[in-house]
Amino acid sequence: MIMKLAIAGLLATTVMAAVPAQAETLRLLTWGSYAPEELVKKFEAKYPDITVEVTFSNNEEMVAKLRATGGAGFDLAQPSHDRIFAVQQEYNIYKPMDLSKIDTSVMEPKLLDGVKANTTIDGEVYAVPHQWGTSGLMANKTMAPDVKAWGDLCDPQYAGKTSMRLRRTILLGMAFDMGEDPFAAYADLDKYQEILDKVADKLIACKDNLKAYWKGGDDLSAMMMSGEIVASETWDSTAYKLYAENKDIVFVPPKTGALAWIDTFALPRKGEADDAAYKWINFVLEPENVKIMSASTGSRASVKGAKDLLPDDKKAAVNAAFTDEDIANLKFFANIPAGVEDMEGKTLEKIKAATGSE
Amino acid sequence: MKQRDIKRLSLILLFAPFALWILLLIVLPHLGMFYISLREKVAPRTYEFGLENYINFFAEPIYWNTLIRTGSMSLLVTVLALLLGFPIAYYIAKIAGHRSRGALFLMCLIPLWVSDLIRAFGWILLLRETGIISSSLQWAGLVSTPVEFLYNDATVIMGLVYTVILFMIVPLVSTLDGMDDAMVEAGYNLGGNGPTVLRRIIIPYAMPGIVSGCIVVFMLTAGSYLTPILLGGKNSSWFTEQIYDQFITRYNWESGAAFGFLLLAFTSLVVWGGLKLSGQTLNSTVARS
Amino acid sequence: MQAHTENDLECIRIQKHFGSVRAVDDVSFEIPKGSFFSILGPSGCGKTTLMRMIAGFEQPSSGDIRIKGKSVIGTPPNRRNVKMVFQHLALFPMMNVYENIAYGLRCAGASKEVIRSKVHDVLERISLPDVANREISQLSGGQKQRIAIARCMVLDPDVLLLDEPLGALDLKLREAMKIELKLLQHQFDTTFVYITHDQSEALVMSDNVAIMNQGKFVQIGTPQELYHNPSAAFVAGFVGDTNRWAGRVTRVEGNTVEVETEAGLAMRGSIRGAGAPGVGDKVSAFVRPEFITAAKAGISAGQTGSGQNVIDGRVDSILFNGANSRVLVRDRAGELIEADVVLTGGPQDLKPRDDVTLSWSPEQTMSFKA
Repeated sequence: MIMKLAIAGLLATTVMAAVPAQAETLRLLTWGSYAPEELVKKFEAKYPDITVEVTFSNNEEMVAKLRATGGAGFDLAQPSHDRIFAVQQEYNIYKPMDLSKIDTSVMEPKLLDGVKANTTIDGEVYAVPHQWGTSGLMANKTMAPDVKAWGDLCDPQYAGKTSMRLRRTILLGMAFDMGEDPFAAYADLDKYQEILDKVADKLIACKDNLKAYWKGGDDLSAMMMSGEIVASETWDSTAYKLYAENKDIVFVPPKTGALAWIDTFALPRKGEADDAAYKWINFVLEPENVKIMSASTGSRASVKGAKDLLPDDKKAAVNAAFTDEDIANLKFFANIPAGVEDMEGKTLEKIKAATGSE
Repeated sequence: MKQRDIKRLSLILLFAPFALWILLLIVLPHLGMFYISLREKVAPRTYEFGLENYINFFAEPIYWNTLIRTGSMSLLVTVLALLLGFPIAYYIAKIAGHRSRGALFLMCLIPLWVSDLIRAFGWILLLRETGIISSSLQWAGLVSTPVEFLYNDATVIMGLVYTVILFMIVPLVSTLDGMDDAMVEAGYNLGGNGPTVLRRIIIPYAMPGIVSGCIVVFMLTAGSYLTPILLGGKNSSWFTEQIYDQFITRYNWESGAAFGFLLLAFTSLVVWGGLKLSGQTLNSTVARS
Repeated sequence: MQAHTENDLECIRIQKHFGSVRAVDDVSFEIPKGSFFSILGPSGCGKTTLMRMIAGFEQPSSGDIRIKGKSVIGTPPNRRNVKMVFQHLALFPMMNVYENIAYGLRCAGASKEVIRSKVHDVLERISLPDVANREISQLSGGQKQRIAIARCMVLDPDVLLLDEPLGALDLKLREAMKIELKLLQHQFDTTFVYITHDQSEALVMSDNVAIMNQGKFVQIGTPQELYHNPSAAFVAGFVGDTNRWAGRVTRVEGNTVEVETEAGLAMRGSIRGAGAPGVGDKVSAFVRPEFITAAKAGISAGQTGSGQNVIDGRVDSILFNGANSRVLVRDRAGELIEADVVLTGGPQDLKPRDDVTLSWSPEQTMSFKA
């Protein structure tokens, strides 16, 4: 065994030494479906000098990983647009982007400008948009036709048959549902705390109405498909996937507006392969690659005409879910100021710890 | 003289990997964590030293309630694992033939062959409202509507017991294995009935194994993450989840580190109390088996 | 029933089968009150199974076991007033000496004062009054032995079973313990049933010994009876040291036979055991070394009485062991014969390669029909 390891190690060093000096590795830190095998192979075929290493993660873990190393270990990360500004101010884990190296002309200007506005610090832009999607509701039309708003998850007529994820999305959704504007309240944290307290009361009272809190796309899908629940808070991409299997399950943008997020490209501060990173960004913006990417993610790319680049079944699901009015009503997640995570975390803990009448 | 130097050198060489392992992988990270846990965040990128993170824990009932809840449920899991594991261990060590022993051990090992995640999903498939158990009960006519077995504390405890029971069985088997059958027979011969022999002879003899099994099981349970999260219900908070949230969701490493130390201190305290109560020492138990 | 009450232990036609193996085959015996009874046999003869049946750890396939005249078949081990000293003693390591001895009393529900006085009493009697608070691991081998006996005796058993308890001790201690056990038995005046494969233990200590072989009792008797009047070839061969020849009867004359051994030696012997051999029958002949006189050739020929068996040979080696010294003599047929000799250290002592004449009487030549 030790012998084998030693030989393997020796081989590895030899191989590494044999690779030409200009060879690069692109270490990608991204979401579960954001680097489909097909696309990685295609990219490596186009740039034979670049090897792509992918690490799958989520927003919080991406930030935690980069924070642990001060921004080293990865060359390109894809946090959501609201995880750039405050994080950068506090932990200094990203570096500014050189927009001249990116073909921004293909991007949907509204999204590009939005991200730029959200991620500019001292005149430097720290992120550009990639995929975007929404969080909203999902309902089985035959069993829960009246689910239209966040608050409907707490409707007693669906007692024991609804679900949500106990994360910040539902706090924000419920705040909008109660007629507040939490994003506006970011400027006044006392006001925001008041809103959170109200939301907490509402969600604690709502607890008995829920079957369970879902923790990931898999358990949410299983509960929804089996009919154990009839309505839930969801990511639109999860809802689209279920729509492909059961046309009764549709994504419902809440009447106060679906919450929209944009996953971005950002360069970690100590990234070592910026050129390769820019190449990857431009590569996945090419229309035929957008198609492959969207088929994998189930979300729309931030390029012009992205809807038409969706696979047919996804396109149908989007059409079934959104009207133009809904699109206009989208609420983009606002930058999270420092301290808000802590406030929200405490609120979530309070909700989790509260024992209802169970 | 030279002989002695060589001896000393070989001793150092033998000890070095262990010492390095302890130092690099256990002591240093813990020192780092301890340092972090003493930092107070006052403003972005500005920190001060103090006990604020620890004070926060005690000031917020949600935190210490969760810790106490985790501790008491872990104790319950430990007791259940002991109650279930003891007869199994006794059977393996004393009753089963040499041939079936290996097979029995292997059966206890099977749960460890798959990852925590797969194991938890296995339970979910079995226990969910539309799962196998619920539908078989309906099929058998025992219940008329689907029953949800998932998402409650009982499920969490069952899942944890299933996961950790092997760590109870192994030390028990090895202690019971060393017990001369004549000891039990002597217990009967001198006038003891079944319960007396169990209480006065078998259990005291197996005490080192019982205690070391309980320590391992308690530590594993209190520090487990996936099983309580995946099987737990709306109210099932587990302290490790809180540590994760502090570190990852709330970017609050300082308080996460403090929580980690509090968990360590708490479990150590429980183990210490258990040793005191049972009159055992670490040397006589964990170090022995 | 009444007639048997003077016996502490009776076994009546006990059988024990494990599948097709008959571990204990039709064994009957009775042990009078207060005696020291040994069951002696080679390993695997069924003696341990027999003892486990008496203690209640095994159930006999058929037959009856009576303690003080009452059948104990169906009585669980903890309800039988038969205590046992195990081969490796089985003292409880997690209890100290006091607790070990008190265990049985506690099971019986004795009060604290009674327990205390009884434990101290029994410790006095085994002459270890000060060890009550010692841990078992702090005791010597002999002390452990005595504690194991005390632990049983404190319960006043009708019968004490001892399963080769001396096996684990070293030789010196074993010799001392033999005497001590006998003394303890006298002192407690309890029936001891002692199991062993070591004949010297059985002979030294016992009032009566049962020789067991292949699940059956071959002979029961006092040690002297077994030694001098074995009823079967197995007993003659198993108890004590002996020279053994296999041969054929050439002449029968009353109780005396003439035997020609397979190697061609001729000797006269007395018929023992069951069945009178006729001419031509196969017999086994046994002569104990102490009955054979070895003298230097030519010197003491006159002393040999008429009718004695006389054989010439040459000393092969001397086995010096003080008063128990022995010579190995090679006869003309090339076989080795053992004879006890007295070695004084003087010049008359036999030396290797001396020519000797061996002689012994036909009465001491125990011949069994094979």
